[in-house]
Amino acid sequence: MNIPTNLSRRDFIKVSSAAGAGLMLSFYLPSKGETLGPASDASPFAPNAWLKIDTDGIVTITVARSEMGQGVLTSMPMIVAEELEADWKNVRVEQAISHPTKYGSMSTGGSFSVRGSWQTLRNAGAAARELLIAAAAQIWSVETSACRAANGMVVHPSGKKLGYGELASKAATMHVPTSLRLKEPKDFKILGKRFKKLDSPSKVNGSAKFGIDIRVPGMLFASIERCPVFGGKVASFDASKAKALPGVRDVVQIDSGIAVIATSTWTAFQGRKALVVQWDEGQYASQNSEAIWKSFEDASKSKGSIDDYAGDAEGALTTAAKKVEAVYRAPLIAHAPMEPMNCVADVRSDRCEIWVPTQSPQQVQGEAARILGFPLDKVKVNVTLIGGAFGRRLQTDYSADAVRVSKAIGAPVSVVWTREDDMQHDWYRPCTYNVLKAGLDNEGWPAAWLHRVVGPGSRGLVVGGSTPPYAIPNFVVDSHIEDIGVQIGAWRSVGPSQNGFVVESFMDELAFAAKKDPFEYRRHLLARSPRLRRALEVAAEKANWGKPLPAGVGRGIAAVESFGSAVAEVFEASVEKGGKVKIHRVVVAVDCGPVVNPDTLEAQVGGGIVLSLSSILKDEITIAKGRVEQSNFDNYRILTIDEMPKVEVHIIPSTEPVGGIGEPGLPPVAPALCNAIFAATGKRIRRLPIKPADLQ
Amino acid sequence: MALITLTINGKRHTVEVSSDTPLLWVLRDTLGLTGTKYGCGAAQCGSCTVLLNGDAIRSCVTTIGDCQGKAVTTIEGLSADSTHALQKAWIEDDVPQCGYCQSGQIMAAAALLATHPHPTDQQIDEAMQGILCRCGTYPRIRRAIHKAATQKGGKS
Repeated sequence: MNIPTNLSRRDFIKVSSAAGAGLMLSFYLPSKGETLGPASDASPFAPNAWLKIDTDGIVTITVARSEMGQGVLTSMPMIVAEELEADWKNVRVEQAISHPTKYGSMSTGGSFSVRGSWQTLRNAGAAARELLIAAAAQIWSVETSACRAANGMVVHPSGKKLGYGELASKAATMHVPTSLRLKEPKDFKILGKRFKKLDSPSKVNGSAKFGIDIRVPGMLFASIERCPVFGGKVASFDASKAKALPGVRDVVQIDSGIAVIATSTWTAFQGRKALVVQWDEGQYASQNSEAIWKSFEDASKSKGSIDDYAGDAEGALTTAAKKVEAVYRAPLIAHAPMEPMNCVADVRSDRCEIWVPTQSPQQVQGEAARILGFPLDKVKVNVTLIGGAFGRRLQTDYSADAVRVSKAIGAPVSVVWTREDDMQHDWYRPCTYNVLKAGLDNEGWPAAWLHRVVGPGSRGLVVGGSTPPYAIPNFVVDSHIEDIGVQIGAWRSVGPSQNGFVVESFMDELAFAAKKDPFEYRRHLLARSPRLRRALEVAAEKANWGKPLPAGVGRGIAAVESFGSAVAEVFEASVEKGGKVKIHRVVVAVDCGPVVNPDTLEAQVGGGIVLSLSSILKDEITIAKGRVEQSNFDNYRILTIDEMPKVEVHIIPSTEPVGGIGEPGLPPVAPALCNAIFAATGKRIRRLPIKPADLQ
Repeated sequence: MALITLTINGKRHTVEVSSDTPLLWVLRDTLGLTGTKYGCGAAQCGSCTVLLNGDAIRSCVTTIGDCQGKAVTTIEGLSADSTHALQKAWIEDDVPQCGYCQSGQIMAAAALLATHPHPTDQQIDEAMQGILCRCGTYPRIRRAIHKAATQKGGKS
């Protein structure tokens, strides 16, 4: 494939010498939602990514995304290395320091890192490869067409060869060619192959540094007592007992509560226990889950604002041959990453440095600058490895804590949240109340689909992924966004995390009402969505859809397109005496376009399934007296190794555009499992999490 | 405050801390051995698992006073150069995702292999079910333990 680079040469890719010697390529990675149009002559070149080749042959790429287990510090270098024909042993990756503009958006979310960078990283690798070839050709006085790049070297049929390190400085003086030749997928040596993550060795010997592991000279530790009710404030407090504890250095009030500063994390935790605090619990002091559901139910009785529609759903419902109605409820759920929230901040009189496990370094930087009244360039944010995020670390509440405490005490400080803090002051996946109505025609096909959603937070978090992907001539989705006094945020796979459950479970109800096979029913209605239909077909085929199962075992299917990828899943499940769900088999079909690293893909899909299953089979977050009732992993349980089903992942060869893989595996999990439970028992799950009592 | 002497990763240490301080915080904050992780503080997640006289224990609820005169092994001391059979298997199967729970997973697995050099799936379930992973590395953990068990030359 040849692509013209008349834009790239000037606007997208810039060649220079690396510091000292060697080759430096600067290029531009688009942000989420941004498309690269032709740049006007006036627009200055503003690169946001770098590829460096040193004279020793080491290739380094700077990655401005955060590593939270999804493998971005490996997948992005793989894309460059493929086109560059680099020797993988010599490829290194560097985490970018936060900058307000240099990298565009540095946020890690929306399964966007690879799909947002795929084309540009390939272009950059290809450009560097052509520069190195041109350098070698000039040195040897031969045609560039006679030379080729392989394994970190340029070679000539005569037997001459030069390593990239030897060529780098010369290559920096060459021009990017007028057109770039990208490799054909059939020639890929790295992309689509199983590569181990570059950071894994550091994670098996204790040397990997997460945010909680950062140690700065003179650093103290702090822990913050917060009002158990969202929005509550400190009325008064007595810190005398806390201050009397050996090792407690100070107690200060900050915006989020009372901070105990000590010489160790443990002492700070102990100091908190010795505090006496009177809270002004504010307007949500009597909030509780029953009241929230009641308010949602009340709201659902009136029309909400319309989010999406086609045709006349209400009209079509009244004339339908058969009507189906159901109410679905998705619970509040917590992120609960294994590494609790934490941040190190070192605030000086005129500058601040932060070390933080974050998905949003620029937001951390902006928030710190605002708190301190500093210009952005006086706040340096170092992104550490992240011990799980799932959307929680898009928020900046925990970094703001550290900035405020460090400012108050004039020393670097590591603020560590306890597990209880983490569980009770999360930004939860919204709970939603969903009223579904459908009208079927004489043949059982849906003629009308009405979905009213009530939930807290924002429209995107509540409604995202609610438009049915099926050919339904008349549909409407409307919603009410209610304030419930609980912090709401994005949870891995966001809107589709609950709407996948609602839409794909209700579709199953329609198939049942129409007396049709749930796979064939969906397949028929996806005639105009070939990508999702193909995923559905592959999942069904690999799962032996339609073949007999042992007595008591049922099969369920669901398919959801999200974050640029189509995923279908088939679960086989049964229900044991006492109502315990047993999962026998999980089959997944994924079309995410070109695949960077199938090993990472499988890990991400399997990981999404575990996270999702915990939220389906274990505990929800509930509110009583304005407080989150769950506090630790004993009452907000997560799946354990003995409960993990075997997951079979089938990757569909695809020429579709590159899609995300961190999130799309989650949305089909709940409906596929609940549909399997229905097939096994005839019991329809319309409220998560599944409780054994529902199935007894 | 008390003076407590114990052996950590083969080296004698004397620390001056309150004897009810959990071993976890002595390792992390007093000695700078941050490979052992805090996850729950209540023996619910297993991220803090270390070996105490060879047994897998939760360092977040084990006081330093109870470690007096005993031998502690942390992830940093499992091998000098990541060559323990489990570490090799972990790298070979690229087990970690975020990696935060992996120190606890590997230490629990090390205690398992010390008593059951060739564990069954059920023995793996029993030994490992208290060590939570939120990323979903469980299938690879199981695979890597079986792999380490079959490899020769692993120190345990």
